[in-house]
Amino acid sequence: MEQFAELVGILGTSTKTNAKLDALQQFFASAPDKDKVWVIAIFSGRRPKRIVNSTILQNWCIEIVNIEPWLFVECYHTVGDLGETMALLLPEPSDADLRTADQTLSWYLETFIRIEKADEATKKEFVTSSWRQLNQTEKFVFNKLITGNFRIGVSQTMMVNALSKIVAVSPSVIAHRISGNWDPMTTDFDNLLSETDVSADFSKPYPFYLAYAVEGTELENLGDVHEWQAEWKWDGIRGQMIKRNDELFVWSRGEELMTDKFPEYDAIKDLLPQGVVIDGEIISLSVPAETGIFKPLPFAALQTRIGRKTITKKQLTEAPVGFIAYDLLEYQHQDIRNSSLEDRRKLLEVIIREVNHPVMHISPVVTANSWDELREIRTGSRDMGSEGIMLKRKNSIYQTGRKRGDWWKWKIDPLTIDAVMIYAQKGSGRRSNLYTDYTFAVRDGDKLVSFTKAYSGLTDKEFAQVDSFVKRNSIEKFGPVRTVKPELVFEIAFEGIAASNRHKSGVALRFPRMSRWRQDKKPDEINTLDDLKELLNTYNQTGKTGDVNL
Amino acid sequence: MVPLIEFTDKGLFCRQGDFYIDPWQPVDRAVITHAHSDHARWGSKSYLCHHLTKPLLQLRLGDNVYESVDWNEPVYMNGVSVSLHRAGHIIGSAQIRVEYQGEVWVASGDYKTEDDGISGAFEPVKCNAFITESTFGLPIYKWKKQAEIYSNITDWVVQNNAAGKTSVLIAYSLGKGQRVLEPLANTGLPIFAHGAVWNVHETLINNGWKLPTIQRVEPTTPKELLIGNIVVAPPSADGTPWMKKFYPYSVGVCSGWMQVRGNARRRNTDAGFALSDHADWDGLLSAVKATGAEKVFATHGFQAAFSRYLNEAGIEAAEVKTAFGTEDEDTKSEDAKEATNEELLNGDAEPTEELETDLI
Repeated sequence: MEQFAELVGILGTSTKTNAKLDALQQFFASAPDKDKVWVIAIFSGRRPKRIVNSTILQNWCIEIVNIEPWLFVECYHTVGDLGETMALLLPEPSDADLRTADQTLSWYLETFIRIEKADEATKKEFVTSSWRQLNQTEKFVFNKLITGNFRIGVSQTMMVNALSKIVAVSPSVIAHRISGNWDPMTTDFDNLLSETDVSADFSKPYPFYLAYAVEGTELENLGDVHEWQAEWKWDGIRGQMIKRNDELFVWSRGEELMTDKFPEYDAIKDLLPQGVVIDGEIISLSVPAETGIFKPLPFAALQTRIGRKTITKKQLTEAPVGFIAYDLLEYQHQDIRNSSLEDRRKLLEVIIREVNHPVMHISPVVTANSWDELREIRTGSRDMGSEGIMLKRKNSIYQTGRKRGDWWKWKIDPLTIDAVMIYAQKGSGRRSNLYTDYTFAVRDGDKLVSFTKAYSGLTDKEFAQVDSFVKRNSIEKFGPVRTVKPELVFEIAFEGIAASNRHKSGVALRFPRMSRWRQDKKPDEINTLDDLKELLNTYNQTGKTGDVNL
Repeated sequence: MVPLIEFTDKGLFCRQGDFYIDPWQPVDRAVITHAHSDHARWGSKSYLCHHLTKPLLQLRLGDNVYESVDWNEPVYMNGVSVSLHRAGHIIGSAQIRVEYQGEVWVASGDYKTEDDGISGAFEPVKCNAFITESTFGLPIYKWKKQAEIYSNITDWVVQNNAAGKTSVLIAYSLGKGQRVLEPLANTGLPIFAHGAVWNVHETLINNGWKLPTIQRVEPTTPKELLIGNIVVAPPSADGTPWMKKFYPYSVGVCSGWMQVRGNARRRNTDAGFALSDHADWDGLLSAVKATGAEKVFATHGFQAAFSRYLNEAGIEAAEVKTAFGTEDEDTKSEDAKEATNEELLNGDAEPTEELETDLI
């Protein structure tokens, strides 16, 4: 645990990629095999289920430290992280001898799994005795493992690269090996990373190839437009559809198995040929019977389907889910990622044509004879219900992770609205104890109406200035939220707008962020609720294609 | 009845004695707890402070009318007895004891309860009313023993040295800039210092202090002399072009704020050491209890939480807003940083902000 705590310490505080890579390599070179497997599992999002919820955990801590709950809350808002707050409050081990043993990371994690179904008293005994034995940094890591939000400064790609150096297996093979369904409890390190596939797991997806953004002004640098395949950029969840051994698996990019969430996919299971893996978009679609041409529904429609265990008939008819295919990664059980996009696309077109089902579509190619023509076409993105254009080099292979060169995303400009900040709340992580989470309002006559929150888009220096403004201009305090004098104006950028009853304004934005601090504008110059409603109407006219009742 | 000390927009005011404690606007008579710039401000007609503080005020505020006294040496002003008592914050730092007709008030200034060996051991003073700082007035702030932090710092220095990197240690030019020297000197590596740290060091040496030898970083200092060694610099120098000379280097920050990971991450620092010249939660509580005060006023820091806690613990307390370490110092020090970059290049600038809040 000590070694892992040290690793987390470096990953969480170092700002230098090399230092993080070194620390990871050091860990993979020297830690026990079981711990290595668990670190791979944790950093690829496979952590054990949380054994207690954070409120109970917090209460055990409050009881031991013997402070009033309000003081705990005060501390939490200053630290911005629950696990860290508890680690700072709990006493250090008074006697080093109390440590029963230097328990390994895997011992703790496997204990979590063992006592997952035990009663609360057993769990409490385990947690509190661990707290008594672990020092502050270890306690922090232990708490993070329990609360389950282990977001520290390391990407899966970085971990894969470090592993690759240690076991001398190429990063793309490792990325594939550690994807899909595997259980850290029963998997051993050598098998997990062996070059040859020993245990056939036919649900396993390939690592996704992701694109960087490109600006419209840079297109000419890409060479001849005819060397590129352009497609619309669809706004759903990137996914992989796998048919092997008569079974269908649909994975999200977040490596979540989604097959059962969307019963629509059942219908195409038997239509797909064996041994294929298709990269595409999980998205809500309406397919009018008369044309058979799909039209995407706003992301908000898909949202009504995500995270639901039971789906009502109403949801199924109001937000039907389909799949838009982009690429073919495996064909007749062969990995074809190293053949050209052009060749893969030909095979894909045949497959989709033969499936011939309204759930399954191919992402149409957008043809243009010049970059200027493509620029013109892109202006119609919103009308298509798309977020812009994807550019893929026709002779490109399917790479692993986010890479420059062959694939680019060329998104449309966001919608914007000028708004005034009315509430502020402290952030977390590196923004702990700083007011960085804001709520914004537009004007409605002489009233202000809140319509969105935003947390990003400002520089550290700007955040420091706004933070200082909040501290000097608070009107009221409601728990962690401060009401602020409505004075600072920001331009809020967002990707989409839909009707919603969560905000007083009646709208919900997609990806809102602060695009500019309008220090040149006064609060009486901001946009109005009517402006916002007009955007909603415009968007709904063009984006709405079915009878979605949102 | 007028309280013995009032909280006015110029600072803590004793009407009967007609003097202010650490005023933040010019007044006729100022009693100064210590030489940090948020407590010792420019423009007053006369200053009363401890003998040890006087040369530091002269360095920072220039020529003024200064009167200095020893520990526990009362000065009488219109029947009010004023005496200074060790606060343990930095060299010369004092708590101000004010007595009139049997009633005693103490203004703590900044203090810490752990003896650092150079700032004097904090002296608990019995009083009726205690005005305490509360910079770190939350129970998440519990300092490790300084010996342990020092060994973390020296381990880090030795590690950097082995990797051929210079250790740039960020510490306030007055306070930690002196406190860390002895542990650093134990590594046997030469210690270099920013002009601001060096100025304070010279002043103290000239006034008879025995401190480890440091060398000033001059524009002419050859790069090779610095490699793998130690540089002590104030927060305002962190991230400025002045640092380029030390490349390759690792930056370590000494500050109580480093207790919380988010602060260390925000500072983009390579190493954070939670070494503070302020009392931690337990230190504040023990200090308050030792005074036996019937009434406590909490100023700068987490005064709201700290005073609420005291009230619930049966000690009558109230929060007081002051201009010490106010929350908007951040922007001011940012401005100061820009204004002085030019001078910092030459290592000549005196950093304008010495507050720990500089780091928030």
